Amino acid sequence: MSVNDSFTPKLSCRNLWKLYGPGVSGFLSDESRLPQNGGDGKLLAQSIREQGGIVASADVSFDLMPGEIFVIMGLSGSGKSTVVRCLSRLVEPTSGEILLDGLNLLQASPKELIDFRRYKMGMVFQSFGLLPHLNVFENIAFPLKLQGMPLQDRSARVERVIALVGLEGREDSYPSQLSGGQQQRVGIARSLAVEPEVWFLDEPFSALDPLIRRQMQDEFLRLQQELHKSIVFITHDFLEALRVADRMAIMKDGAVVQIGRPVDLILKPEDSYVREFTNDVPWELILTAGDIASDNAPPEGVREVSADTKVCDLLPYLSEHDSGVAVRTADHSLYHMTGKDVIAALASGMSTTTTAKS
Amino acid sequence: MNGNTKQSLYIWSVVVAFTAITVILGDSLGMLSKYPENLALSLTEPLNNGMRWFVVTFGWLFKAIAWVFDWPILFAKTVLHAVPWVAMLVLATYAAYRAKGYGLAVFCAMSILYMVTFGFWEQSLNSFSLVVVSIPLAVAIGFGIGTWGFMSERAYRAIMPTLDLMQTVPAFAYLLPILLLFGFGSTVGLVASVLFAFPPMVRNTIIGLRGVPQPIIESGIMSGATPSQLFWSVRVPTARRQLLLGINQTTMASLSMVVIASIIGGTNDIGWQVLSTIRKALFGESILAGIVIALMAMILDRMTSGFAMRSASLDLAEKKRRQRGWLICGGVVLMTALMAHLIPILSVWPKELIINPAPSMNAGLEWFFLEFRVVLDNIKQTAFFYLMLPIKIGLNQAISPFSWGFSMTPLVTTVYVVLVAVPVAFMVIKGRYLLAVWAALIGLLLYSGLQGVAWTALCMIIIVIGWQTGGRSLAAWIAAGLAFILLTGIWNPAVISLYLCGVAVLIAFVLGSAIGIWASENDKVSVLVRPVIDTLQTMPLFVILIPFVMIFKIGEFTALLSIVIFAIVPAIRYTEHGLRNLSKEVVEAATAIGSTRMQLLFQVKLPLAVPTIMLGLNQTIMFAISMLVITALVGTDDLGQQIYIGLGDGDFAVGMTAGIGMAIIAMIADRITQSISRKMQAKLGIRLEQGA
Ligand SMILES: Nc1ncnc2c1ncn2[C@@H]1O[C@H](COP(=O)(O)OP(=O)(O)OP(=O)(O)O)[C@@H](O)[C@H]1O
Ligand SMILES: [Mg+2]
Repeated sequence: MSVNDSFTPKLSCRNLWKLYGPGVSGFLSDESRLPQNGGDGKLLAQSIREQGGIVASADVSFDLMPGEIFVIMGLSGSGKSTVVRCLSRLVEPTSGEILLDGLNLLQASPKELIDFRRYKMGMVFQSFGLLPHLNVFENIAFPLKLQGMPLQDRSARVERVIALVGLEGREDSYPSQLSGGQQQRVGIARSLAVEPEVWFLDEPFSALDPLIRRQMQDEFLRLQQELHKSIVFITHDFLEALRVADRMAIMKDGAVVQIGRPVDLILKPEDSYVREFTNDVPWELILTAGDIASDNAPPEGVREVSADTKVCDLLPYLSEHDSGVAVRTADHSLYHMTGKDVIAALASGMSTTTTAKS
Repeated sequence: MNGNTKQSLYIWSVVVAFTAITVILGDSLGMLSKYPENLALSLTEPLNNGMRWFVVTFGWLFKAIAWVFDWPILFAKTVLHAVPWVAMLVLATYAAYRAKGYGLAVFCAMSILYMVTFGFWEQSLNSFSLVVVSIPLAVAIGFGIGTWGFMSERAYRAIMPTLDLMQTVPAFAYLLPILLLFGFGSTVGLVASVLFAFPPMVRNTIIGLRGVPQPIIESGIMSGATPSQLFWSVRVPTARRQLLLGINQTTMASLSMVVIASIIGGTNDIGWQVLSTIRKALFGESILAGIVIALMAMILDRMTSGFAMRSASLDLAEKKRRQRGWLICGGVVLMTALMAHLIPILSVWPKELIINPAPSMNAGLEWFFLEFRVVLDNIKQTAFFYLMLPIKIGLNQAISPFSWGFSMTPLVTTVYVVLVAVPVAFMVIKGRYLLAVWAALIGLLLYSGLQGVAWTALCMIIIVIGWQTGGRSLAAWIAAGLAFILLTGIWNPAVISLYLCGVAVLIAFVLGSAIGIWASENDKVSVLVRPVIDTLQTMPLFVILIPFVMIFKIGEFTALLSIVIFAIVPAIRYTEHGLRNLSKEVVEAATAIGSTRMQLLFQVKLPLAVPTIMLGLNQTIMFAISMLVITALVGTDDLGQQIYIGLGDGDFAVGMTAGIGMAIIAMIADRITQSISRKMQAKLGIRLEQGA
């Protein structure tokens, strides 16, 4: 199998359409209008909407690489949940292909599908989706119990994930007795209990308050460093995306507008919709020393930093050292960067966004 | 004035004009005034023949079913009777403690002691054994049908109207066909009680299963659940509380039907005990037996609702403790059972020791009635002559020198006309035309009475009400229903039902909403009222009759009082609920702009609560109708009486047409009040938008 090949996608989503409303299957029956056959996706979606159909997902394609965190962002109603529900086939796609390890998920029989969900996929929901009549331990053990795993193996597995998400000692509590953050830990633990290869998280932290959210993000990143899952992560918070994403897609009206690394989206937004998202992002959070450093050679004796150091981490140092820092790039050449360069870069960022607005 | 109100003004004016003509011309209108008897189809023969044919052809099947059902009943009876009462006492008390704590446990123990020492133990067990067999059957059937209705949209659309019909056909009317099909025996009670008790389980099952949140279902699917795992391990446990509420309602319905079913006699159970003593005017005895039914109802209700409300979430230690508790309880039960072997009094309470205060109660009651005869008679007479008769036969006939002190001379008629005309004219001057028309209509109806008014006029009024509230389809539906009543020749008793029910609902609704308003404003009143209406609601209908029959003897007034007392429950409950559960912001906003308490109540809260209060009216009518049928026992001459007569004579056609007629009246009232409430909601929605 190709699981270990880091250049073959773990999961591929190809030309995915999901329509709601009466008579939806008819809209896509004309194959020649589909984008993969040379049709125009935007026009097609437009005409479907005019005929009264709801286009929840329009020609969405992307690849999820092994061990990658892929973030989907977009406004409310832009189709993020629809896409991720199609990937797990909680929602039946109207058209398209979903390949998991090269196997088409849409052709899986109900039984195969149940097996995929039991052994390969995990999903975390915004509203947790815990079973109110089961305690923490039983909730986490629930998928394992459905698989028919013997009690002893089950307990061992559950103990392990409980430790992983830091819920030791709460095994006997019921969902109603837990805080939101704790409930989501249970949700995460439950989806991890089956040791899935692909992990879907639909706005996992949106229901939590900012402080807890940040803490959970940190823990999520820590977990991922340990587990190396292939992850599709949905959020509408750009800062959250920034923290966790390896790559991300921005969606609008069911279609993907742009896919790329977060920095690419900020520095080279495809259109004003994408720019709106990146507007409020503090640039010092994403700009690295390499992005800002001047072409000049640094003076002797200043502190040396690597090019991928985040600017925000250098601000305290720069404020006290007018002489700036030396930036070492990947090809080992040295450049000079001072507080002034930082200010200039941030100012230019401001001006690009303000011109974009006007 | 917009087009809509203009149109309804015209329509109502026509109605009033027509009614006035029928009143003035009176009997000279002939067919238009009195529905000619020869126009009624004689359905009696064909219906009875049909039923006879059915019984002859398929009787064996039902007899076989009856035979099968006899076994579990016999089994339950044998087991229950074999257990010494102390053992039952321990078991029931512990279960009550588990369900709701010490209070209920003590109550349960005292109740069982009462049943035993007052000599009702055997009858109670006979009734209880029917309930015990019927509950699992009704729950299983209800859960099955509910699940079906949940799975299939088609089934749902078929099930819901059937349930509506089943729940509006009076319980009494069920008995006759069942009796004819299954023959005398305990099976009749069982089948009737299952049929009557499973609909609430269906409703609750559907509501519960539908109410399971989508994320929980999705997380179940993503956990890899197969469809059956998803149903049994995710949906059913999540809907647990609603399902248990269904069991609670099913239990109550089952008990109430078991009691009602004893009317066919031949069973030595507690319902029969009440009924036979009422008939012999042995009120002391019937009160004592009635108390048993009330106690059983209260315990079953509190226990099942207690189990429903109890959280399923227990930590391990608690679970262990409960298991141990049940084990210990089992041990104690065994021990007491053994002890009862040695000490016979613990197993069968000896006849000589039975406490029987009934004779002295009867003597006391007799003294009381003699002493207060004048007062009681006065109350009864006043209500009868000044309220009930005018509505029934109209002032025209009700006013007589004997009761009112003067007779209906042309002068008196003129005075009456003026008395009605003045407020009508006043309203016209004020521009409230529609109100004026309605006032005139009420004046006319009061003059001729529901029985006196021409059937054409009354039908027209009812159909127009339907048309104005629910549109053309409702009007057509009502017309069909009225046609059934007319064609089957049950118009006269139907009008009496309408009158009794109407008066009772009027009183219950006015009094009930007043109490509801008071309770919503005053926590102390609320705390006082709540347990009373809770108890009234769980009380089997029979029991409510007892005190009123005792005090006022049989007759329409007794019927009226019992209906009012029972129907007042939803009027109070909905009014208080509606007023207490208004949007906080609106109330706070109104307070903030400086409304006084009265202004707040009458100008903000009440108008907003009207849709809920209207639903309360709807329920008041439904409660009234279910009680109305039972009051046939105290000698009314309405449809309920026809059902009762049909049951007594085994006359299927008479009982069935009357039963369906009653259901039609109930459904008409239901549809009309529902549409009014919906209209008000829509209106309030619009008003809120305009305000925003
Ligand atoms: N069952 C359904 N029937 C009809 N339309 C639906 C259904 N589910 C989703 N939609 C529509 O599809 C569109 C995309 O919905 P989706 O839930 O995927 O949005 P989202 O990006 O997840 O939004 P949010 O951030 O609010 O969760 C919306 O316009 C929604 O109205
Ligand atoms: Mg969503």
